[in-house]
Amino acid sequence: MARDSNEREAPFWWRAGSFLLALGSLAGVFTFAFAAMGHRWNWAGVWKYRDLYAHGWLVTVGLSAISLIMSCVIGVIIALLRRTPWLPLRYVARIYVEVIRGTPLLVQILIFFYVVAHSFGIENRYFVGVMTLSVFSGAYISEVIRAGIEGIGKSQLDSARAIGLTTAQTYGYVIFPQAIRQILPPLAGQFASLIKDSSLLSIIGISDLTLNAQDIASYSYANFETYLPLAAGYLLLTLPISLWTQSLERRNRFET
Amino acid sequence: MRLTLSGVTKSFGEHRVLDDIALELPEVKALVLIGPSGGGKSTLLRILAGLDRADAGRVCVNDTLVPMDEERLRKYRCGVGTVFQAYNLFPHLSAYENIMLPLEKAHGLNRSQADERAMETLKRFRLEAHAHKKPGELSGGQKQRVAIARAVAIKPRLLLFDEPTSALDPEMTTEVLEMIEELKGEGRDFVLVTHEMAFARIAADQVAYLDNGKIEECGAPEEIFGEAKSKGCRRFLAKILRY
Repeated sequence: MARDSNEREAPFWWRAGSFLLALGSLAGVFTFAFAAMGHRWNWAGVWKYRDLYAHGWLVTVGLSAISLIMSCVIGVIIALLRRTPWLPLRYVARIYVEVIRGTPLLVQILIFFYVVAHSFGIENRYFVGVMTLSVFSGAYISEVIRAGIEGIGKSQLDSARAIGLTTAQTYGYVIFPQAIRQILPPLAGQFASLIKDSSLLSIIGISDLTLNAQDIASYSYANFETYLPLAAGYLLLTLPISLWTQSLERRNRFET
Repeated sequence: MRLTLSGVTKSFGEHRVLDDIALELPEVKALVLIGPSGGGKSTLLRILAGLDRADAGRVCVNDTLVPMDEERLRKYRCGVGTVFQAYNLFPHLSAYENIMLPLEKAHGLNRSQADERAMETLKRFRLEAHAHKKPGELSGGQKQRVAIARAVAIKPRLLLFDEPTSALDPEMTTEVLEMIEELKGEGRDFVLVTHEMAFARIAADQVAYLDNGKIEECGAPEEIFGEAKSKGCRRFLAKILRY
């Protein structure tokens, strides 16, 4: 908090200068490392495949966007199930969260694609990919939502009951509108993770940004030139989310 | 109102908070519950409010049995206005929206009816200037007055106050107590839990002294504050009125 207000009080030239200094020195380290390696850049070999990048990037955006919505739906349902009075359902939700959070996404993708989807006769790898990613991210999101719901004090629930609201109304008018402010910052962080995690779907042959970059690397024999744009492609999506998260956190701090 | 309690018992774990409470008040307009903390006053009020269920016993308000199943209990709660010690306003809603919510969602009034009722209530308690402020922008006294306005706006059969002034400084306490007195003047029935003995004396027409989960004594304020029969009540009053 103290450090933060210190940053806001600093004059603009000092903030901008500090930022450039930090960025410049970090860039310097990497420039030096690449230079020391004596790497000969071959950007032309990669530029030929720019359409493949663009296509892969759009697939990544699409996969992430659909998974993001689906994982929120799953997250809300699981968070509510974890609060039901009926124990079997509660345990289903709990086991789901623990197993998904406790195992690598890589293993989940392989099992869902080669075992579960295969035995149910589902062939579309994009569908399986989105479902796996949603199930994976949904477990984390449910915990974020659950924490938000549980952060609402008992006095608020008392008050909602006292005025005669039903359980559904209590969630709709009292719990969710208040919980959302607590939930948004960690939720945005989870969205950024989801976008990066989507890169693992390349192992089941989904032509997302990662798989396309791997292909480009094998055509062009230019590994670094291929993977640096790959990193930039993800940063282009995750950086705005990260900045948005920070602004949300700042706003919440002022309001409380 | 007519209030009948018989065999009302409530435990939290091992601890018996209400122990076989019986009370028969054929005609009471303002019942004030007094007694030491942990004596069971708030629990009894929460049972009257339909927020907690008694483990055993019957509670009748105006010959209507307080139901035990959640759905009918919810309907019962719609007819009761409850005011809490910590105001319990919804912090994400303005004063006006806090009053609108129960009218629209629990009582099924349409928007214009609810709006009319909410504005009328805010005006009546001189709160119009604060209508569009969130609870965070109001003082403690204003918050509690909005909470009372929210409870009154639904035109409840019965108003319940759980230590409504315990979190307020003396000036705001007066502000809130005046409001309760005004409601009494209108003939609105209420049950109040309080530590404000001077107010209990003038506002109550029945005072019940609760200790160790039992109603040790119940009577008109002159009796209780003049010459309480039970030793516990005399000791309690002597202690609380010493300064």
